[in-house]
Amino acid sequence: MNGFGTFVQLVADGLAQGSLYAALALAIVLVNQATGLINFAQGGMAVLGSYIGMSVGNLLVPTNLILGVLIGIIVAVAASFGLGALIERFVMRRFQGGEEDTKVVATIGLLTLITGIIALIWGYNFLPYPFFFNTGLSFTVGGIAISLWSLTTFLTIVALMIVLQLLFTRTKVGLGLRAVADNPNSSALSGIRVGRMLMIGWGLAAALGTIAGILLAAKAQLNPGNFDAILVYALAAVIIGGVDSPSARSSRPSRSRCSRTSPAPMSPGSATT
Amino acid sequence: MLLELEHVAAAYGPVQVLEDVSLSVPEGSAVGILGANGAGKTTTLRAISGTVRVPSGSIRFKGNDIRGKRPELVAALGIAHVPEGRGALANLTVQENLRVGAYLRKDRAGIESDIAFLLDLFPNLERRYGSNGSALSGGEQQMMAIGRAFMAKPTLLVLDEPSLGLAPSTAKTVYTAIARLRDETGISMLVVEQNANLAFSVVDSAVVLETGRSVLTGSTAELRGNDEIRRAYLGG
Ligand SMILES: Nc1ncnc2c1ncn2[C@@H]1O[C@H](COP(=O)(O)OP(=O)(O)O)[C@@H](O)[C@H]1O
Ligand SMILES: [Mg+2]
Repeated sequence: MNGFGTFVQLVADGLAQGSLYAALALAIVLVNQATGLINFAQGGMAVLGSYIGMSVGNLLVPTNLILGVLIGIIVAVAASFGLGALIERFVMRRFQGGEEDTKVVATIGLLTLITGIIALIWGYNFLPYPFFFNTGLSFTVGGIAISLWSLTTFLTIVALMIVLQLLFTRTKVGLGLRAVADNPNSSALSGIRVGRMLMIGWGLAAALGTIAGILLAAKAQLNPGNFDAILVYALAAVIIGGVDSPSARSSRPSRSRCSRTSPAPMSPGSATT
Repeated sequence: MLLELEHVAAAYGPVQVLEDVSLSVPEGSAVGILGANGAGKTTTLRAISGTVRVPSGSIRFKGNDIRGKRPELVAALGIAHVPEGRGALANLTVQENLRVGAYLRKDRAGIESDIAFLLDLFPNLERRYGSNGSALSGGEQQMMAIGRAFMAKPTLLVLDEPSLGLAPSTAKTVYTAIARLRDETGISMLVVEQNANLAFSVVDSAVVLETGRSVLTGSTAELRGNDEIRRAYLGG
């Protein structure tokens, strides 16, 4: 029973941890689908979003814990969406029509830049994220302890996946996003504003990544390099799951230009050099 | 004049492909573009829809200068371009492809009745309605592409070699449907075709392109009577 209990706890924690990888992986896939490239800065953007959420949260939590945390998260998600869209518009689009490899290198540069900016503003120390509850808490069901954080994380990510699925299959903007991911030139001929869709795609990916980043930070605290190691797992999930298609319906060969290379984790120290 | 091109040049990067193309499409008519492989037919259509650079010349649609406008804007003005190779959205279903075509429309009832019209026009599409674009045969993809363009409710339908890569009987089916589309909706058309016999089953007049220049324009009857045209494009 005791061994089984430990097993269940590990599975619950594993599911939570895995769902974080999955969320970051999905963010990477969203961008890859829309643009054909792997955004190595996805984790860095998620961490930046989390820092914004933390700062807003720290400001507001003293007056009301739940509301403060919630507003922090909302601001972080909205800011990440905007930042993702702006990065697409003003950074990535400059490389449009150029070499695919150049764009990938640009995202690596972006990661370095973002990590540097975070370190500049918030430093390298681990900072606690103000969250709804103490993430060390757990509750027991039939003698098995389940971590409240694991349950919250897992359910949140599952809910997000469902919402995204509905967005893609039931809404007009979802149809536009999928059309552009499928064939941007052809979509433009139907009047779809391709640039706008790419911005939305980058924004959605950044917002999704930030939610994963906040859930991670709530447990492990915040650090500029929070997602460096996880990026490797997320990329593994992306590559094993198929880069092209979150819904795994794609029959076309992968457009990814780096599906065989796995990146070395970046050390925060490299950011300032 | 619905569409008017005057002395249009076009270039891919530094490579100039069109030298001097002029043509016009009167409101309600169907105009063909004939020419050998590489003459610049596809590039002419791309110049209209804004997918290739047009360094000089003028392109006017409904009186507005559309030269150099982005493809999204040209589409919004009422030109629907079925590109060479059909431009199918491979991972979207037939239904979704048609809805993408109607992306800029707000009239729900009109969209539904136009889909019903298309499924009647192309019974194959009704059978494959839930299938992904990639699962369709070449002919079905062509029908879907024409359907998607039509769903935009355009003033001008631009078709790039609808018969390309199709078996002769399928090509004929597609052209029969195009002719019916024209008869029943009165939509204006600009049709690129290498097979002049097929083109002449739909168009009222045609322009002949040679190495990036429009060299001859005439009604279908005039062109049929032209010995050179008959030899070059009508198989004797
Ligand atoms: N994307 C492109 N880049 C460079 N040259 C091109 C491109 N597309 C076509 N061309 C060249 O432009 C010329 C005209 O091509 P095109 O308009 O496709 O002719 P057509 O449709 O009449 O067969 C050809 O010489 C072709 O090689
Ligand atoms: Mg062509």
